[in-house]
Amino acid sequence: MHGLIRIKASKMNMSVRETKTAEPLASASAKILALAPRRANFTTRVFARAGAIAMRLVPPVVVIALVLLLWEFLCRKSGATLPPPSRVVKDTWELIVDPFFDRGGIDKGLFWHLSASLQRVAFGYALASVAGVALGTLVGQSVWAMRGLDPIFQVLRTVPPLAWLPLSLAAFRDGQPSAIFVIFITAIWPIIINTAVGIRNIPQDYRNVAAVLRLNHFEFFVKIMVPAAAPYIFTGLRIGIGLSWLAIVAAEMLTGGVGIGFFIWDAWNSSHISEIILALVYVGLIGFMLDRMVAAIANIVTRGTAAN
Amino acid sequence: MSHYLLIDHIDKKFTRGSHETEVLKDVTLGIEQGEYVSIIGHSGCGKTTLLNIVAGLTPVSRGGVILENREVNEPGPDRAVVFQNHSLLPWLTVYGNVKLAVDKVFSASKSRAERHAWTMHNLDLVQMGHAKDKRPAEISGGMKQRVGLARALAMQPKVLLLDEPFGALDALTRAHLQDSVMAIHEKLGNTVLMITHDVDEAVLLSDRIVMMTNGPAACIGEVLDVSLARPRKRLTLAGDAEYLKCRKRVLEFLYERHRFVEAA
Repeated sequence: MHGLIRIKASKMNMSVRETKTAEPLASASAKILALAPRRANFTTRVFARAGAIAMRLVPPVVVIALVLLLWEFLCRKSGATLPPPSRVVKDTWELIVDPFFDRGGIDKGLFWHLSASLQRVAFGYALASVAGVALGTLVGQSVWAMRGLDPIFQVLRTVPPLAWLPLSLAAFRDGQPSAIFVIFITAIWPIIINTAVGIRNIPQDYRNVAAVLRLNHFEFFVKIMVPAAAPYIFTGLRIGIGLSWLAIVAAEMLTGGVGIGFFIWDAWNSSHISEIILALVYVGLIGFMLDRMVAAIANIVTRGTAAN
Repeated sequence: MSHYLLIDHIDKKFTRGSHETEVLKDVTLGIEQGEYVSIIGHSGCGKTTLLNIVAGLTPVSRGGVILENREVNEPGPDRAVVFQNHSLLPWLTVYGNVKLAVDKVFSASKSRAERHAWTMHNLDLVQMGHAKDKRPAEISGGMKQRVGLARALAMQPKVLLLDEPFGALDALTRAHLQDSVMAIHEKLGNTVLMITHDVDEAVLLSDRIVMMTNGPAACIGEVLDVSLARPRKRLTLAGDAEYLKCRKRVLEFLYERHRFVEAA
């Protein structure tokens, strides 16, 4: 979110700069004003944009470099329990350059592990989104449903994701559906709760408009409820995707099979600490991308609603 | 005697727990077709409640609303409301907001092309055709009210209900919009019921001004006929004897006989 705001701010700065340089031209001739600033300022603009990008890129690069240096310095000493970054890269070079190898069983490249985990998340999260929005709508719309279901939700949502795993293993008798169920049950609570809040917060004005127009229940749901609650729903969806990704690693450690979670656990069992670190980097990056993806979708879908 | 719109002996009580507040007490008002009636009173006197009752958004405790000899007790497009805070749907464009109403009200009676034309016609009527693709967040407060007005007019209501439509606007925009409403009323001959707290606005626009006493248990204190010829021009009226007389009557009612008593 902060990133997006910063981009907007830098764009604004640029446009201000452009208009300033355009002013002298305006006094020279009014006719060429429309086109002239663009051409005249082309190089300036390129520099300005490059400068803006550099301003955004330099700080993280510097900080990352410093952190790596510190890490290298601390773990270089003999007796260090964790490998320094240079060692990590050297040890895992094979995994980094070839993420696609497949030697059967669980001896596969990181791409296959990550995609197996992502598939489970996609499944569980998709189920959670549909069920969560539906239940959230019910709870938000009906006082009776809210009073009946809310206490149950409030208690169940505090149960840690992994605590569901033994129970789902007992129910499904298989690792795959159990892992998916854990994702589902982890992601669903924020989606339900945020959807319900969104529905409950639909302004009375919109309900009045719907009443005057005599919209039926279906029309009200599609034309008023969903768009009005969309910002809240997407907040829930965004929290949900983050939690799913948190839960999948832990769940896979216990269920085994192909997946990034079990990859980490396997590496620990064979004392390949460097592989663990590499896997963590990937987990972090993918978690970040998932979050940004949902945020981007939310931005597109709610572009009108948010700016009221 | 049958009126076009009759508000018939309405009482309204709000109950919260065991606490009961009487807001309106025995309000009766008849409005003729094509008439422009304003309701004026201090804030908290139940003006908006009365309008919501006519709109069908608030149920009555006693009495009823009769429109063209039929009782109405639920909301409907025959009593379109222009809400105080415009109530446009922010995710729809200006066009989309009006089209939503047109599509719903004329789903059976007009073809697709006719509905589009009718939407544009009403947007042009309030001079908002140029901004049809803008979203409510991108237009000014006055423009939002114009779109709200277009949406209400597009429903072809029997009665147009205006709930302090100009309340949130600055004086210049308000004057401009008042002129537009007068012109539209002139052209279409709508029956209008308007809530206001602005004396000049009431006198300028109305055929009759209904003055309400202070709540709780507010009722109609006085009804004033404004017999100024139409079309009215605000500049010529500024010195008009009849205009000043009406204005004085309303002011006297509001500030002498029914002075607003601040709740301690």
